[in-house]
Amino acid sequence: MTDRSDDISSRRAFLKGTIAAGGAIAGASMAGASTPDPLITEVQPWASAFGDGVDATPYGMPIKFESDVVRRNVEWLTADTTSSINFTPIHALDGTITPQGCAFERHHSGAIELSKSDYRLMINGLVDTPLVFSYADLERFPRVTRTFFCECAANTGMEWAGAQLNGAQFTHGMIHNMEYTGVTLRTLLEEAGLTAAGDLKDKWVFVEGADASSNGRSIPMEKALDDCMIAFKANGEALRKEHGYPVRLIVPGWEGNMWVKWLRRIEVTGQAIESREETSKYTDTLDNGVSRKWTWVMDAKSVVTSPSPQAPITHGKGPLVITGLAWSGRGAITRVDVSTDGGKNWQTARLAAPGTDKALTRFYLDINWDGTDMLLQSRAMDSTGYVQPTKAELRAVRGLNSVYHNNCIQTWHVYPTGEAENVEVS
Amino acid sequence: MSKYPNLLLAVTVAGLLASPATAEKLGLGRVALPEEVAAWNKDVSPNGEGLPEGAGSVADGEEVFSANCAVCHGEFAEGVDNWPKLAGGADTLDHNDPLKTVGSYWPNLSTAWDYIHRSMPYGGAQTLSADDTYAIVAYILYSNDLVDDDFVLSKENFLEVKLPNAEGFILDDREASEKHFWKAEPCMANCKDAVEITMRATVLDVTPNDTTDDAAKMEPAAAPAAVVEPVKAAEAPAPSTAPAPVVVAAVDPAPAAAPATAAPAAGDADLIAAGEKVFKQCAACHQVGEGAKNKTGPVLNGIIGQKVASVEGFKYSKGFVALGEEGKVWDAALLAELLTKPKDFVKGTKMSFAGLKKEADITAVTAYLASLTK
Repeated sequence: MTDRSDDISSRRAFLKGTIAAGGAIAGASMAGASTPDPLITEVQPWASAFGDGVDATPYGMPIKFESDVVRRNVEWLTADTTSSINFTPIHALDGTITPQGCAFERHHSGAIELSKSDYRLMINGLVDTPLVFSYADLERFPRVTRTFFCECAANTGMEWAGAQLNGAQFTHGMIHNMEYTGVTLRTLLEEAGLTAAGDLKDKWVFVEGADASSNGRSIPMEKALDDCMIAFKANGEALRKEHGYPVRLIVPGWEGNMWVKWLRRIEVTGQAIESREETSKYTDTLDNGVSRKWTWVMDAKSVVTSPSPQAPITHGKGPLVITGLAWSGRGAITRVDVSTDGGKNWQTARLAAPGTDKALTRFYLDINWDGTDMLLQSRAMDSTGYVQPTKAELRAVRGLNSVYHNNCIQTWHVYPTGEAENVEVS
Repeated sequence: MSKYPNLLLAVTVAGLLASPATAEKLGLGRVALPEEVAAWNKDVSPNGEGLPEGAGSVADGEEVFSANCAVCHGEFAEGVDNWPKLAGGADTLDHNDPLKTVGSYWPNLSTAWDYIHRSMPYGGAQTLSADDTYAIVAYILYSNDLVDDDFVLSKENFLEVKLPNAEGFILDDREASEKHFWKAEPCMANCKDAVEITMRATVLDVTPNDTTDDAAKMEPAAAPAAVVEPVKAAEAPAPSTAPAPVVVAAVDPAPAAAPATAAPAAGDADLIAAGEKVFKQCAACHQVGEGAKNKTGPVLNGIIGQKVASVEGFKYSKGFVALGEEGKVWDAALLAELLTKPKDFVKGTKMSFAGLKKEADITAVTAYLASLTK
């Protein structure tokens, strides 16, 4: 375990920024100063002159010192950015709400610019009255506000065959968690009337977007009437263009591909349409060549976001906050355990707040780090009694070719230097 | 209904489903007109519901495919670069890295028809006629050795075609096959004897260093690149065009390219900015800016004033080469001619772009291209 690969030096450039910033902070830490700190003893410019006026930033962006906390993409994954994905910088965030500006994006034909005035939403198919709503119509329905995570089914998909990408952002960043405001899908379906649909048990809704990909998906009526939402606000403000402005679908706990952006049509049907996104993609091929379909729910999962490869320990041994995120598409997170020795022994972490239904939960484990190697893992449990499996347990059932729904326990090797690496353990 | 594995949900919803919806209607929205429903209701189901009248032969399909699809998917549907392969892969599904194509993987032919008709060609969706779509689907079947070269696909015989992997899917069975994951009380101490590191990410070294780094362009052999379906190479926006704050204004911004109200002095800059937006439609195939490379289409830096078909290292179609030999030079007029409908401009061009409908867009994109020096 102390035999460090030479390759780690090739990551120096990658870590440099973080280390340098961290170093400056460490220099100013409380570990016994021999000379007075000029930041304290000398009057600094910001303590003497003016800062910006209230008219400087009508809509604020993060301060320049946080410029590395941004979405990133992996160029070799896809060759075109208009049908591709980028990753939330979860290694640098805390709490549970993902700011819209750095929440991951996945497009199939690029993020389109669709104004509220050009927006139309149609409900057709097996409904009593096919309807068209304008954006303004939607704002007049009884409104709800609810918080949910949205995870791409391919999150962690690059790790099926082995440890591959070195950073929580890249291994687990196809996720965000927002507070949505809108109306329930049930409300709109009832406005159109479902008597014509007859027995609802074998009915579906087919949803599609206004962009060129349309990204049509079939959702069982049961789910549609349960907790799906038509959202027009996220984290208090309008949705961003890249997340479906002005209106997207929310399908709590289910794979992100179903959360159709720029939602333009809801059709009540007697069968699943079996569109490209629910047959050719987003199906999970097992070892024997048979593929699972309609694997909508996202299994319970967690990851340590710090320390992690992009968020190394910069302060040396002593008090250390280990933190991460946990979530489940089946319900609420009830417990998260953390191991520092690769899964031999576990400690139960502290939840920042009790887990809520199908939303991110933040966990913390406060330890006194002795400065030796750690193999950090986290293991989530949800309200159905599901326990996040190891990579080996998952592969034993699904093989290596599933692509989607990889919810295995992640391991970070933390070196005595504080640097961390994505590894697999026995 | 236990076709999806959410026990809690099934319990909650059972009550809801038992009684039909009786909520009071608010009378919002308006009735959708039949023409409107017809315009948007294009999906096609596995049982053929939604298929329009029409037919197309393998022979016609070869031509339409060559003109509209081959630029990315290859003349024989074998895929160009990282674009999806549509043919081949038979009997690979139980191998490592199976090749999933229409022939080897897709369960329903309706999916191909539906997707091609609504979402293809890439960058020019919803431009194919029903007959052309039947023809393309026929050609894809032919490329997968599933029909003979005299085959004609039509609404009438559509359901007779069975795809090889039609029976290759099972419903989500995680609650049964992975029942042991619901273990409720996991091990907390001395859970294993030894822990060995079996693999490290830095050995593979495929993690991007930063947003502007070129090092990650290598294509790792071991990378499951199919996680997000690979598509064609296009330029990433130059760093200087980094995300400006997204203004989410209460008032909707006017559509792109409406410089009429702009002050004369700001006209050029506005026009170029509008052109840059329009250019996004071109960027899937054409790179511009620093470090631009020829992709599906040639680099367009300094294209205005340049001889036709003269970008170094790009393999032009015969039609373009001939224009260049005639001495034609790209100017606003010639570019407008091309952009109105590329297919009509040069016979046999691989440029699958449908064309710009608005004159204002052509003017703007021309101004943008003129602003790019070589």
